[in-house]
Formats: sequence, structure tokens, C-alpha cells
Amino acid sequence: MAVHELTFPITDEQDILKLRAGDEVVVQGHIVGIRDRTQIRIFDEGVEPPMDLRGAFLLHTAPNVRKLGPGRYEKVCIGTTTSARMVRFTEPLGARYGVRAICGKGGFPDEAIEPMRAHGMAYLAIVGGAAALETTQIEEIEEVAWEELMPECLWKFRVKDFGPLTVGIDAHGNSLYHDVQARAHAKLEELYARL
Amino acid sequence: MQQLATDLQASVEDAAAHLYVWALKDIPQDLRDALVDAQARETSVSGRRVLDTIVRNVDVADDAHNLVCQDTGIAVYHARVGEHFPLHPARIYEALRDGTARATLEHPLRSNAVHTITRENTGPNIGYRLPIVHWEFVADWDGLDVKCVPKGSGSENMSFLKMCVPADGVRGIKQFVLESVVDAGGKPCPPGIVGVGIGGSADYAMHLAKEAIMRPIGTRNPDPLVAQLEDELFALLNETGIGPMGLGGDVTVLQCHVEHADTHMTLNPVAVNYQCWAARRASAHISVDGTIDYDREA
Repeated sequence: MAVHELTFPITDEQDILKLRAGDEVVVQGHIVGIRDRTQIRIFDEGVEPPMDLRGAFLLHTAPNVRKLGPGRYEKVCIGTTTSARMVRFTEPLGARYGVRAICGKGGFPDEAIEPMRAHGMAYLAIVGGAAALETTQIEEIEEVAWEELMPECLWKFRVKDFGPLTVGIDAHGNSLYHDVQARAHAKLEELYARL
Repeated sequence: MQQLATDLQASVEDAAAHLYVWALKDIPQDLRDALVDAQARETSVSGRRVLDTIVRNVDVADDAHNLVCQDTGIAVYHARVGEHFPLHPARIYEALRDGTARATLEHPLRSNAVHTITRENTGPNIGYRLPIVHWEFVADWDGLDVKCVPKGSGSENMSFLKMCVPADGVRGIKQFVLESVVDAGGKPCPPGIVGVGIGGSADYAMHLAKEAIMRPIGTRNPDPLVAQLEDELFALLNETGIGPMGLGGDVTVLQCHVEHADTHMTLNPVAVNYQCWAARRASAHISVDGTIDYDREA
């Protein structure tokens, strides 16, 4: 399995198309923090996000921060939340805003596979709970929008050697989560027979 | 007497404030050992990548004095109150609540508490009926033990209840636990502790499942029949192949703990409360004179 280093936001679609489920990825550049309420505001309440999401890497997060001044925050502890709650936003994130990578923990169910294939997106799995390490890879909080949703604001972070991430779902219709579930359900039949 | 109660309430508040932050930063030794064991027995590439990162993360948290996981959870306490402890549980609750709020503001920690309908934040990890306290009362004793278990939402969302019928037997219980852990997949940050509550009533089964995740890893249920069920479930769950973070692999759970209660002849409830790998807990003993003895391992 290949190891890739990518810098976001990306401008070349090949950066995503070359990824295969199971590959390892390390990320540089700028990433955008987003969460349940942020996406409810964008898609259910129809409010345009005040940040450009084209080619973006989105991180499912609601960070622990310390306020320094108006609109300025310093990191305390930044980690990643469960993605599955937010799967329904995958299609419009790709179709309307050109998002290219969604990073979270725990995976997306199968309904994410087709939009990710159609819009050239990948789901990158981080190690959930490993926030102390993740915090060291976030160099700075550069921007925050929608502070009233604290901590579920729209965040822009500058990162260095962010990872290791595992390609959970690639842009070619492959999902590790689908494969693991299929094998586990087959195994369950065998285990039940032994009970 | 009044002064003693005031001082004791301050001690309990200090203990709660310390325990909340400490639990979030410094995980107990039994969990550290279980994670290193898991790292040694995992053979898949992605599973090893996950477990190597987890073990590295625990070291980074130690070195940087930072939180192991960003999810400061909902503060759950287990209070064991001695019959002769001179502070009423109503005041113990106030102290636990005030300590939680103080820790949240002083550190600062993320405030997770929201009104369940409006979803508006209700304060520094406190709110109506938050924090949550499990009470236990002990006869012929004058002490107070407080255990803080900040529970993250990723794993709390993976909670399941089934009212099996008596004819489902123990087989039905095992099947439901297996099905729940497979359906949860990577969402609760495996490999963790699978807490199972059996018997009692619907609500009490889930209460027991939560009690089960508070136990140190490797402790067994004192009833040999239930301990045998723990061993069987542990082995079965690790055959499902869900693996670390649900990416596939050998290690799906660090341990399975089962708590039980006797039940009605027509009931056979089973509850599953999943605890992520970051199974944070920290304890303190408060003596009558207000002295606090902290204990990471209890």
C-alpha cells in the first residue's frame, strides 16, 4: 500500500484519484474544521459559508481553544469526531463546493461511496481519540467564522505532517468500511452457529 | 458541624475539579498495558498503524500535559457515600457540579453541554441534570469515594438495548452483543471496553452497562457464571474482524465487562454501553477531615 503526501487545498484532481483504499496519507497546508451544526447551517438553513471550500480538506472537529482576542484563538486540544452523523452532507459538499477530502473517524456508511466517486473525493480516516498528537500537527488557527456556533464553528487551520491518515473510501468506489462490514456479517453467521 | 460541612463541600469540589482534568490527561496503567498488549497482537497494516498512533498519542499527552482526546465528554461520577460521611448527597452533588464547572472554565475545557431541544450551550459542562452521578451507599463507613468517568459521545452514541425474552436465553444475549459491536463498526473508536448490563429492568440494564465500563480492565465479575460470559464474549468479539478504528484487524475490543442484576421471570434485558479506547477515569477518597487521596488506578 502506497504512502502519499498531499498539500491542501489541491488544484490537481489527480492528487485524489491516485489514492486507493488502504493507502496512507500525510497532509500539509491548510485544512478546514467543520461539524454537525456548521453543516446544518450551510445546507439546512441555506447560509453560504464565508470560506472557499474548493479543493479543500475538511476535518470533522470541534476543538478545545483559548480565546486571545476578537476572532483570534489559540489551540488547547484539537481532535476529530465521528463522521457517520454527517454523511448526508457528502453529496452537496462535493457537487456544490468542490470539496475533495473529508477527514474524520469511524468511517462513512455506504451512502458516501457514490458521491465520492462522482465528485472525485476521498474519505481519510484519522485515529480517533489521538487528539494530543493531532494538536501538535496543527500549527495555527488562522481563521474562524461563525463564532456563535462555538465550538462548532468553521475553522481554518495550518497543518504540518498531519496524520497518519488511512484512505477509508477512495474516489473509485472502494470502501474499507464496506469490506470490513461484509466480512464481519459473514463471520457473525459462523459465530452464531457456534453459540 | 456547619463549618465541617462547608469545608467538606469545598474538598469535594476541589476533588471533582482535579479529577475531571486529570482523568482527561493521564489514563490509568491497566489501560496503558492493554493498549500495548493490543499493539503486540495486531497483525494488520492499518490496525498496527492505528495502535502505534494511539500509544504514541498517550506519550504525547503525558509529555505535553495535554488531553488524551479532545472530547471532554459528559462528566459522569460514581460516588460511594459512607453512612457516616458528614455531608449530605444533595451537597455532594452541588460540589461535583461546581467542581466540573470550575475545571471547565479554569483549564479551559470544551463545553459540551446543550439543552436537548434547543441545542444551545447550557454552561461549562453543567446543565439541567448534568453532571450525571451514580450513587452507592455504604453502611458502617465514614468516607466518600468519587470516581470521575468523562464519557465521549462517539462511544456513548454506540449504546444499545434489547429486551430479549427468556426463551432467547444467554445465547440471545451473546448474539445481541456481537451484533451491536459489529454494527457500531469504527464509530466508537475501537478497540475499547464493551460494557454489558444484563437483568434488572430496561433502565437498570443500561445503568449496569455503564457501571461495567468504569471497572479497571482485567477485573472480573465476582459471579463465576457472569465471569465466564465475559471471557466468552471477549473471545467472540475479537473474531469479528472489525479491528482498530473499524479499518479491519485482529483487535476489536480490549475487554468485555458484564454487570448483572436479578430480574423478573419474564424479563431478559441486555444493554451494551461502549467505551472507546480512551477509557478515562480517575478517583479520589475524601476523608471526614476533608483530606483528599487521589488514585488513578481505582
